[in-house]
Amino acid sequence: MRMTFEYAPAPESRAVVDIAPSYGLFIDGEFTEASDGKVFKTVSPSTEEVLSEVALAGHDDVDRAVKAARRAFEKWSALPGSERAKYLFRIARIIQERSRELAVLETLDNGKPIKETRDADLPLVAAHFFYYAGWADKLDHAGYGANPRPLGVAGQVIPWNFPLLMLAWKIAPALATGNTVVLKPAETTPLSALFFADICRQAGLPRGVVNILPGYGDTGAALVNHPDVNKVAFTGSTGVGKAIARSVAGTNKKVTLELGGKGANIVFDDAPIDQAVEGIVTGIFFNQGQVCCAGSRLLVQESIQDELLDALKRRLSTLRLGDPLDKNTDIGAINSAEQLARIKAVADTGEAEGAERWSAPCELPSSGYWFAPTLFTNVTQAHTVARDEIFGPVLSVLSFRTPDEAVAKANNTQYGLSAGIWTEKGSRILAVANKLRAGVVWANTFNKFDPTSPFGGYKESGYGREGGRHGLEAYLDV
Amino acid sequence: MSETTDVKQSDAKRLSVFKTYKLYVGGKFPRSESGRVYEVQDSKGNWLANAPLASRKDARDAVVAARKAFGGWSGATAYNRGQILYRVAEMLEGRREQFVREVGEAEGLSKSKAGAVVDAAIDRWVWYAGWTDKIAQIAGGGNPVAGPFFNLSTPEPTGVVAVVAPQDSSFLGLVSTIAPVIAAGNTLVVIASESAPLPALSLGEVLATSDLPGGVINILTGRASEIAPSLAAHQDVNAIDLTGAGAGTDLARDLEIAAADNLKRVLRPAASQDWTAPQGTERLTAFLETKTVWHPTGSLGASGSAY
Repeated sequence: MRMTFEYAPAPESRAVVDIAPSYGLFIDGEFTEASDGKVFKTVSPSTEEVLSEVALAGHDDVDRAVKAARRAFEKWSALPGSERAKYLFRIARIIQERSRELAVLETLDNGKPIKETRDADLPLVAAHFFYYAGWADKLDHAGYGANPRPLGVAGQVIPWNFPLLMLAWKIAPALATGNTVVLKPAETTPLSALFFADICRQAGLPRGVVNILPGYGDTGAALVNHPDVNKVAFTGSTGVGKAIARSVAGTNKKVTLELGGKGANIVFDDAPIDQAVEGIVTGIFFNQGQVCCAGSRLLVQESIQDELLDALKRRLSTLRLGDPLDKNTDIGAINSAEQLARIKAVADTGEAEGAERWSAPCELPSSGYWFAPTLFTNVTQAHTVARDEIFGPVLSVLSFRTPDEAVAKANNTQYGLSAGIWTEKGSRILAVANKLRAGVVWANTFNKFDPTSPFGGYKESGYGREGGRHGLEAYLDV
Repeated sequence: MSETTDVKQSDAKRLSVFKTYKLYVGGKFPRSESGRVYEVQDSKGNWLANAPLASRKDARDAVVAARKAFGGWSGATAYNRGQILYRVAEMLEGRREQFVREVGEAEGLSKSKAGAVVDAAIDRWVWYAGWTDKIAQIAGGGNPVAGPFFNLSTPEPTGVVAVVAPQDSSFLGLVSTIAPVIAAGNTLVVIASESAPLPALSLGEVLATSDLPGGVINILTGRASEIAPSLAAHQDVNAIDLTGAGAGTDLARDLEIAAADNLKRVLRPAASQDWTAPQGTERLTAFLETKTVWHPTGSLGASGSAY
């Protein structure tokens, strides 16, 4: 008798979310068409189904939104902090109430698995609003002097990998400190930001305090360059971050940039192998590797390389790739055709340069954008796959012999966002963490986030910190 | 008797010994590799000395020296760094009269006003000496994350910092910009005031005898418009302080654009700056990164017993 155990499909119902056939821009508390009537479509990456048609904000719309935010700023910044706090608490609560709807929506629009939107993104989104709500009436205690003042209108541009979470990271501290906001979500994932506009309406947030402008890069550029914007916050690629840094040169705009990364995940020979394997998987295959702080370079001590790689490949073979709405799915769809093409191109370059490619055996769905979990061995520091941020489920494996070599290789990158250390030896954790040039170091864990914990990069991973007390500084005139 | 008289007579006729002012790079006192100098005048237009006119090559050499010194300086204990900053104040106090004269000549100040400026500069070293072992406590701390994790944020120096020193405050302004940078654990290359560079060059002589490791502070004199662009564009410089470039100037904007190439941290020039006023911590934190380290605490279950 032969028994096989298969998982039955366990799809989350998409009936909990009602997606309208079209959405407008959210300006001054109202949904409105784009001035020039332009629209674009947003599709579900897992099926290529068109989810909705969304207004595309142009320069005039950016101007309208900034003016609305400027008008709203006077009253919003003058509110007692305790009143602003209550608005933010309301938003946090409504997000909790509607989190199932938002999780399904985010999974549909982004392609990431429901277990991630449900268990990681949405709880963190609510937690961020809850955390910063509490700061609104305690700013005197934040360490920036008595009565620190807001900057004014914040122009915020966010990416598609964590659409709602990045919105929360930007909007919660901005509002808590008394700024008003014009936010541009990414062109492939505009829906959850527009649903958030509805949450602002439900919370009774004064008009103009939050404005949402879906659009492409030129909409973002218009927002960043608008002369009446006082603060620019951007999360995205290092290339665009540099362009923003140039464009704000010589102005008084305060800027924070959360950019790319090429995180090193360092595994020493005394690490607990099974836990390290789970950490490596979380590090690079969480959110299909579309994470700026992903542990995309595995640095493994030479003496355990074979053992670790065997265990890792075994584990990767158990990952379930497919319908993101299935609660058993580990690996969802790549966010867009364009991103998939980029991942494929870099992986092909890896092969062409002589690195050895291995992909987990899995069947890719016939429609949608998919890429199997992949790792490269025989990688040197000069290989493209070890240097460029791939932003996909691709892991490059390098080895080292001594802790000093591990540190040198980990720091051999233009980036400095994240790193991981796996060892049972406490002094080694502290010594290595001390030498790593990275803003976040996870020891014996990876990809953990919390609103109380500052996040941000060294070197070309950008400047400023989001989260925690440190995250307030970006929105205060200090 | 006659001998004493002789000495007095020769004193009256004695020719003073001029000083050849030199750059301070890597703990040494080189002339500019370009072999160039420029005339430095007092506030009335009288010739004071020839100062080295540093070149872009001097600037690159200084960056190499600063990078070399970074590991040791950033790795020194905060206590040790504080001792050395305080030592600078001690050494300056002993050479106070020299600096009063030089600052007075450079800025056209009376002896009493120049004395006040030098005293303020010495006190500023003392103020920043006391910050070295406190800034981590003020700017860092534990984060109470919602989960079984130890989570600590610590400020760390960003690396090599290029400083365009204030033009009008040749000594107090200079000290106010460079002391916080090294107090935070960075190493630096500073371009001194173009018209009044001599107090900065003399400060190099003080630093060399203050237990400050060579290369931690590197002092260049010359034209900011010539040297600063190569520092702003230098890929091994992590941050730039544009104070001396002047608020709203084309130079400041161009330097900020060049600095974007490797996403240097930029401290923009303030519209106005009162160097005699008490300073805040902004000049310390501007050149610090925050590193956050996570580790499981072992409390695996709600009971808290699972380790």
